[in-house]
Amino acid sequence: MSAGQPPNPWLSWTYVEHNWGDITTALSRHTTLTIQAVLLAMALAFPLALLARARPRLAGPVLGLSGALYTVPSLALFAILAPFTGIGRTTVLIGLVAYALLVLVRNILVGLQGVDPDVLDAARGLGYGPTRMLLAVELPNALPTIVAGVRLATVSTVALVTVGVVVGYGGLGQLMFRGFRSGYRAEVMTSSLLCLALALVFDLALVLLGRALMPWARRRVAA
Amino acid sequence: MSGAGSGIISDAIAWLNDPLNWTGPHGIGALTVEHLGMSVGAVLLGAGFALPLGLWLGHRRRGGQVTVLLSNVSRAMPTLALLTLFASSAIGFGNRAVVIAAAIFAVPPILTNTFTGMLEVDADVLDAARGMGLGPWRMLWRVEVPLALPVIAAGVRTAAVQVVATVPLAALVAGGGLGVIINTGLATQRYGQVLAGGVLVAVLSMSVEGILAGTQRLVTPRFMTAGRTSRQPVAALPAT
Repeated sequence: MSAGQPPNPWLSWTYVEHNWGDITTALSRHTTLTIQAVLLAMALAFPLALLARARPRLAGPVLGLSGALYTVPSLALFAILAPFTGIGRTTVLIGLVAYALLVLVRNILVGLQGVDPDVLDAARGLGYGPTRMLLAVELPNALPTIVAGVRLATVSTVALVTVGVVVGYGGLGQLMFRGFRSGYRAEVMTSSLLCLALALVFDLALVLLGRALMPWARRRVAA
Repeated sequence: MSGAGSGIISDAIAWLNDPLNWTGPHGIGALTVEHLGMSVGAVLLGAGFALPLGLWLGHRRRGGQVTVLLSNVSRAMPTLALLTLFASSAIGFGNRAVVIAAAIFAVPPILTNTFTGMLEVDADVLDAARGMGLGPWRMLWRVEVPLALPVIAAGVRTAAVQVVATVPLAALVAGGGLGVIINTGLATQRYGQVLAGGVLVAVLSMSVEGILAGTQRLVTPRFMTAGRTSRQPVAALPAT
């Protein structure tokens, strides 16, 4: 940087103060979009995974499709959706749900398939019906894999939201892009750090939630 | 924009059928070559760093936490953040910055798979090799690397597909490649072109994945595919 130019620091509290409104708007959009996408994806993933398990012939295509869709770049997916769903929140949300869905279906299915057959046998011997078996035996046993899937889906969703810039709804990505356009380092750095922090906070919250849901896992480690 | 769907599809088909869009310095042909060139550069750069490191860590059989940490951070870091950070720094923007950013995201899958592949080599085999008097270098090149190769190759394949899917974001920071078609279409509100660009990028990514998967299947010796289950690459992630 030559001497005549104004300072352009990477971090600046003045920037944060002057753009407080924009930053909080972007952050809250980013957060709500992530939560909405992961919850929607979970609501869709459970029935799909159960269906794939009940009909093993469907499991191959379901997992194969998930692999194929994963090779479609997010920018391309948003571009393919945008002409039909318009510019804005809906397009980004659909794209995010699609990607999160793939991770979740895979992990729920793998988790359910990984339950010890002896445990299932014992539960059946105790007279558990299919519903009670699912809720009281299979899901708790599959929980570690499911939680791992939810963590992976959530963290990659936080990162993916930024690509929503192409349709004008990228949360913190919007600020990154604006900072890039105007060559404003503090804006790029602040929004990047916030994005990383958001992913970290979500991940941490999910780890704690997982611990609360699986007290037996903790006890096993302690023993 | 509702109800305009069919019009956009016919616009996209018309755009793809216009020979002028395929030739010339900004045609589909030139952009695809540029896209693939950038991807090859990024994979080579990433592999040049990740392969030696993975082999070294795997040979010493330690450093698992480093690889896990790297892949976790790279999952949380949006590519757009890295690209815009580069653009605001001395690295600048354009194709070179995009190649560096894509290379950084190519490191974790290659590193993780190289490390895992090396760790999975049967301890008895290593013991036998040591008993036959193989030194550390010959052990690495004659025993460990050949046995770990399928898993390492799977990592490179995951990285390559991921890079091809990341490069389209270059268009957002004044770079080249097929993403340019999407970006120009969005800027000029020609949604037929946006759709055509999206389909082209998706087709390219899936072709690269298909070609690499086929090559891997052809090249892997039969005895190495029998009775082994850990051929799966680490889960690929959508380009962020």
